[in-house]
Amino acid sequence: MKITRAEVAHVAHLARLTFREEEMEKFTSQLNDILLYMDKLNSVDTTGVEPMTHATVLHNAFREDIVKPSLANEQSLANAPDPRGEFFRVPKVIE
Amino acid sequence: MELYSLTIHELQDKLRAGEVTAAAILASVYQRIDQAEDKVHAYITLMKEAAQAQAAAADAAIRSGNIRALTGIPIALKDIYCVQGFTTTCGSRILHNFVPPYDATVVEKLRAAGAVFTGKTNMDEFAMGSSTETSYFGVTRNPWDLTRIPGGSSGGSAAAVAADECIAALGSDTGGSIRQPAALCGIVGMKPTYGRVSRFGLVAFASSLDQIGPFTKDVEDCAILMNVIAGYDPRESTSVNLEVPDYRSFLSRGIEGLRIGIPKEYFIEGIDPEILASVRQAISLLEKAGAKCVDISLPHTEYCLAVYYIVAPAEASSNLARYDGVKYGFRSPEGRDLLDMYKQSRSAGFGDEVKRRIIIGTYVLSSGYYDAYYKKASQVRALIRRDFDEAFQKCDIIATPTSPTAAFRIGEKTDDPMQMYLSDIFTISANMAGIPGISVPCGFTGDGLPIGLQFLAGHFQEGTLIQAAAAYEKTAGMGALIARQKQAKMNFS
Repeated sequence: MKITRAEVAHVAHLARLTFREEEMEKFTSQLNDILLYMDKLNSVDTTGVEPMTHATVLHNAFREDIVKPSLANEQSLANAPDPRGEFFRVPKVIE
Repeated sequence: MELYSLTIHELQDKLRAGEVTAAAILASVYQRIDQAEDKVHAYITLMKEAAQAQAAAADAAIRSGNIRALTGIPIALKDIYCVQGFTTTCGSRILHNFVPPYDATVVEKLRAAGAVFTGKTNMDEFAMGSSTETSYFGVTRNPWDLTRIPGGSSGGSAAAVAADECIAALGSDTGGSIRQPAALCGIVGMKPTYGRVSRFGLVAFASSLDQIGPFTKDVEDCAILMNVIAGYDPRESTSVNLEVPDYRSFLSRGIEGLRIGIPKEYFIEGIDPEILASVRQAISLLEKAGAKCVDISLPHTEYCLAVYYIVAPAEASSNLARYDGVKYGFRSPEGRDLLDMYKQSRSAGFGDEVKRRIIIGTYVLSSGYYDAYYKKASQVRALIRRDFDEAFQKCDIIATPTSPTAAFRIGEKTDDPMQMYLSDIFTISANMAGIPGISVPCGFTGDGLPIGLQFLAGHFQEGTLIQAAAAYEKTAGMGALIARQKQAKMNFS
């Protein structure tokens, strides 16, 4: 096994997801298949190869720090599931 | 000939000559939508009233002599771009009620060019899929055979163009999501070079791979749309500040003397023999027309899929962390506290494929596995790009099949993620390397399903792709063949 149920549960917690028992079974087995497939990368010699994290050669894109108009409060809050006044309301964080 | 069946350039000629109005074109397209949509289900949201206002404005502009690149042309948008005031769902429950307060740059550009928006098209949830079956809003059907998938993830856009439920459309391509559905629906689809088209306002999936591009009925329309959407955007720091050529100027340059690379790794066992035969025939036709074929090798091709399914989920797991039920989108009412609210909202808001990829991405980036998976994949990605750099020393473009099979049946691959992922084996490499690719129709299977021919070119060589694709389309008489097949096969009554 490349990945156990316990590991899937741990990763799910890190990703802020929960699974039902029967889902856990299916996911663990599918993830196992996918990770096994990825093993084929081990046969490639990558000694000294610089990792490529972007598709084009880009340097940092600087711009002048100029104040420009941005979204108004009402617009920013318009999609909120539970807005209160000028705030986004969330359930209790601590007891 | 119904107006809805025409191309952008044909309709522009009629608009300029005063033979039709933008209102009449839109009415024709909506008549077709009324006929086909309940069978195809290409759209998530229709924008009829706003479209009628846009068409009226287009007619007023034409009367005052102000006709622009897309004035009065009905265009569909994948439901992944922000359109101010219209829900942008990304095919997900977690964004089912999200109404963006601004337009994506491509939407702004289409508006400025005078386009009319028919609606927002269906897609795999967060563009994760090859069949448009993972959408929260139901499956889209292939207009050529309603029992089959249209490809994905931009399946709604591809199906809408193929079924004439719009004149052209935009999609997005992270691993083949424009080219593969274009192939499976018998239309033209282009993924431009990474950085050629601004991603501002595109809901992010895998930020180092995502690129926006057009779906059109022919290559000339592809050039017209590329002229409108390509270019630098100061709001998108990965967009590249390079002059945009007039893509239409490549349409009639012909194929003579162009060196076409044939990569042996793309003509292998496991590909549907009918597809192989059709693509080989297309290549020999180009050779007869004066192209030079060169055998090339892209030795790391067999690793593309494994690299993709590490890199894309890794980026997705980070990008999709923003969906937490706080500032917009779906919030589960069941959360006991903040942490539980996050978990409940995300678990009920995302579908299975998205969850699978978030878990893979989180796993490959997690401490202890990062070097073995993400770093290794990024190194192999560099080798994939190097393969292309070397290949383009020997050839101007590369020709391959777009997809290893024609459209498969709905439900055929939904239980086996690995089988589904294999649909993208010929398209992923271009996203890895950041190069442009185009899929152009090259024939039909015995069952009457469309087959796609893919051309790939070096960075920012979209013009060469348009040149080759236009030459092929013309030499093969593809327009007439598709029109005949459509008449015989596509029937929504």
